[in-house]
Amino acid sequence: MNLALLRRKERRNPGAWILRLPSILFLILVVIIPVVVIFQDGLREGFDTFFYQINLPIARHAIILTLWTSTLMTIINAVMGLITAYVFVRFDFPGKRLLNAIVDLPMAIPSLVTGIMLVILYGPQQTLGVFLMERFGFRIVFASPGIVMALVFITLPFVVRTIQPVLEDLDQSQERAAATLGASPWRIFRKVVLPALVLPTLGGSLMSFSRAVGEFSAIVIVAGNIPLRTQTAAVYVFSQVEAENRLGASAVSIVLILISFSVLFIANTLHKRWGAHR
Amino acid sequence: MNKKQMGFRKKKSLAEWLLILLVVAFLGVLIIGPIISLILGAFDNGLMPVLRSITSAGFRRSLGLTLRISILVVVIQLLLGTMIAWMLVRHNFPGKTILNGFVDVPFAVSGVVVGYMLLLLFGRTSMLFPFLDRMGWRIAFAPPGIFLATLFVCFPFMIREMVPVIENLDRQQEYAAATLGASGWTRFWRVIFPQLRSGIIYGLTLTIARTFGEFGAVLVVGGGIQGRTETATVYIFRSMEERRFIEAYSAALLLGIFSVLIVLISDWLKSSLENKKSTARLKNPK
Repeated sequence: MNLALLRRKERRNPGAWILRLPSILFLILVVIIPVVVIFQDGLREGFDTFFYQINLPIARHAIILTLWTSTLMTIINAVMGLITAYVFVRFDFPGKRLLNAIVDLPMAIPSLVTGIMLVILYGPQQTLGVFLMERFGFRIVFASPGIVMALVFITLPFVVRTIQPVLEDLDQSQERAAATLGASPWRIFRKVVLPALVLPTLGGSLMSFSRAVGEFSAIVIVAGNIPLRTQTAAVYVFSQVEAENRLGASAVSIVLILISFSVLFIANTLHKRWGAHR
Repeated sequence: MNKKQMGFRKKKSLAEWLLILLVVAFLGVLIIGPIISLILGAFDNGLMPVLRSITSAGFRRSLGLTLRISILVVVIQLLLGTMIAWMLVRHNFPGKTILNGFVDVPFAVSGVVVGYMLLLLFGRTSMLFPFLDRMGWRIAFAPPGIFLATLFVCFPFMIREMVPVIENLDRQQEYAAATLGASGWTRFWRVIFPQLRSGIIYGLTLTIARTFGEFGAVLVVGGGIQGRTETATVYIFRSMEERRFIEAYSAALLLGIFSVLIVLISDWLKSSLENKKSTARLKNPK
């Protein structure tokens, strides 16, 4: 009864609208209008021009480069994130707490600074960079491996920190039962532990993918801005804005927004589903 | 406790050691190595050049702009972010699901695209421009544009931290306070706010870190005009382009240390808040 009374009071309360109105206005002004404007601008000369713009060789190369580097990053992060989380939760070793704290650093460090760090360590003027280049012909900086590396750095916490709590909550009695029945550790991991981690891993990976697709700061430092070679979609948008090619910039922006949105949408849906399962 | 349960596996197997080694190597190559190399790179010529770089007039001015914008954005996020989170949890109104979905938009949109959107909205080609021009308001290529870009980019952090905290609030306490005659305002400050504190701290931390680190959006909408719309990150970028490496590395190091410190302080604040809560519970059990 008490509850109903308070609810009714809340509904009649004009204060609710004082709270609601600025919030809705803020959201519309800050978030919705800018998104609408970019769609309107990119499509103002029809779909044909839009497709023409994203099919220009440089634009297409940039979009494809963005997609495959982000995909590769997602795979690396899914596998390594899974292993890292597993090691942190299940094993004990000296220095574990420090390493665990280090995983959070990419959340704090500005991605521009991340780019600079990678350039210093693996750049062409540096000993390690020169060594890798001359010995193995392997270029990291100003090439696609640098892009992948920067993306892995930036999105590392997403996967690890989604899996960790799930793994901590996991009931270990099943694993012990499997062990007493003679299953090998690898088999236990595959059959008992992994199935519980599939959804969180997928969710975290998709989140990192949607973040990576739009990354600019780290990439512009690590990969430079070389059209048809290391120019990703976000960097392409930047260069088109500089060149005052509005149609091109808007068209690729729309592509970027659509990719991130759909991925984020899938990630959220997954998140809800595995939340419901638990 | 865990160790006792796992007592049947005392010694680490080879596979276990290999996995640990793999993780250490991965984090070493990816995170620890680059961080150390930034520190070494900045101090390549000793301490003096670093001090000179981070006290130079150019960097100080850019840091000042970043700081002013950061403070403004943090205050607005604190108020409106909490309000919107509250609204999304406690109120029901038509269109709420759509609104909820839009909160995440800035998370998914590239910084460059954010800056570009604002240029389209407020730049010379925009429909609004004649009006803005007549009023003498400069938004694009001026600090207000940088402010809006930062606000946009930081939008989801506060809300996404606060929503679960508000959802988990113990409503019994609010009802109890209401039946005892506490007004809405008292209920908020005495009952609700103390429970929100740790969420607010974490949301603010993420917001502050982002306001200092944002680069793409700020570069595009501000145009990186030296001494006018140059934030700390844009200053670092320009130093890199002009091959003034020691200056770039020192400024980057300072910015990195600052961001890490913010996160450390908030972790410490949060754990001390939680400790206080648990000792308070111990002192008056029921």
